[in-house]
Amino acid sequence: MRDVAVIGVGMTKWGELWEKSLRTNFVETALLAIEDAGVDRIDSMIVGCMSSGIFTGQEHLASLLADYLGKTPVPAARVESACASGGLALRQGFIEVASGMSDIVLVGGIEKMTDVNGHEATFALGTAADQEYEGYHGLTFPALYAMMAVAHMHQHGTTREQLAMVAVKNHANGSKNPLAQYPFKISVDDVLCSVLVADPLRILDCSPITDGAAAVILCPADMARSMKKPAVRIIGTGQATDTIALSSRKDLTWMESTHVAAGKALEMAGLAVKDIDLFEVHDCFTIAEIMITEALGIAGKGRGGRAVEEGLTAVDGKFPVNPSGGLKAKGHPVGATGVAQAVEVVKQLRGEAADRQVKNARRGLTQNMGGTGGSSVIHIFEAD
Amino acid sequence: MPTPSRYWREIPQRYRFEAGKCRSCGYVCFPPRLVCPRCGAREFEDIRLAEAGSLVSFTVIRVAPHAFVDQSPYAVGIADLDDGTRLTAQIVDCDFEDLKVGLRVKLEFRKIYEEGETGVIYYGYKFVPE
Ligand SMILES: [Zn+2]
Repeated sequence: MRDVAVIGVGMTKWGELWEKSLRTNFVETALLAIEDAGVDRIDSMIVGCMSSGIFTGQEHLASLLADYLGKTPVPAARVESACASGGLALRQGFIEVASGMSDIVLVGGIEKMTDVNGHEATFALGTAADQEYEGYHGLTFPALYAMMAVAHMHQHGTTREQLAMVAVKNHANGSKNPLAQYPFKISVDDVLCSVLVADPLRILDCSPITDGAAAVILCPADMARSMKKPAVRIIGTGQATDTIALSSRKDLTWMESTHVAAGKALEMAGLAVKDIDLFEVHDCFTIAEIMITEALGIAGKGRGGRAVEEGLTAVDGKFPVNPSGGLKAKGHPVGATGVAQAVEVVKQLRGEAADRQVKNARRGLTQNMGGTGGSSVIHIFEAD
Repeated sequence: MPTPSRYWREIPQRYRFEAGKCRSCGYVCFPPRLVCPRCGAREFEDIRLAEAGSLVSFTVIRVAPHAFVDQSPYAVGIADLDDGTRLTAQIVDCDFEDLKVGLRVKLEFRKIYEEGETGVIYYGYKFVPE
């Protein structure tokens, strides 16, 4: 396998982008990444997108986006793994460069979620759960995560306030990210007084509905060095699956797919979790970040709530988690999220994260997750 | 939302709680599968699930998908049935305040929802406190 580097990143402001079409939004970020990389060609592109068919009625995205980027006839593929589609696109791009199949690969993520009403968005997102045995009974994503929260509180003593502290931390971080959908601070009281969605989760425990895109350019590390670009290498990748239906899991409070995928990525990188300087993780709900910190080994089993309360996961803590603001404040255009996590880590490792810069960051980890943890994709990055 | 054909296929499970018990290791699959997730064997016998159990978690849904808006707010839960199977369903005929982990529930046959005034009516199981 060849060493793989990220030589360009692109992202535009996320939010309710009514004025931009899916294709426009994608092409904007792809052009930013190409410009950042300083390349005059791409050999191939991979697009992560969960559900453009339901959200915008448009499938066959890979070719459409290659066309509008002005890159036909390059090969292009779209990959889907629910909310982990972006992370999976990055992994496929990595494999393509590492294998020697292509040299310069554009990896993009895109989702346009606000062109449909709330019920339709709830339905589209619900297709990432078990439609016949969860959706059929009226279950929603917030409800599934709410049941994980209830079980976590019951088994491990996690408190309602600790859940809120995840949102407070991530909004504080996101307030320093000009591309975030909600770049403002909130308090624990704000979370506890916000509207109930599925008890005990409130609206400020949930990541929002977002339009957004992100892109990165990958190439062999040797080529990156010869171009004298500030490169960041991808030194580990791991992916794992779990049951889609939450009721098929033995323990509702444990993210096995994240645990397994992280183990594979760390083994590939030859590192332990203590060697990582920052983490961008899939905090689609506050309870998710708590369970992920446990699955990654940042906090002991059942101690994720205490970890956030004690400041372990703050930007200036031992394990900074979601300096970008996370899905919670930055936004969560499902197919783009995994690629945007990579964009943030690359900016951090290049020292370009301005006010939210993690000091002396040399290595970063991204954790992107589909459904209630039915899939997880992990990547580890190192400044070259 | 299920089409009539997709719905019809699920009726043995939804109407009669039919599950598959692995002939090799005894694992009970609900819904039934072709491959045992525990041992990989492919032979099953049809069994009926236990009709009572206790909640391992629950929530009250305040923001519902379209087909369930009229029922909102409503409770849902995951229960461990007395035969060791885990199941997700709505919890009905209860006060939300009484919901707790460990609450005993039984399975009852109920209407799930209907597709508009002239549409198909979908049935299935729900949890009711014992
Ligand atoms: Zn078996």
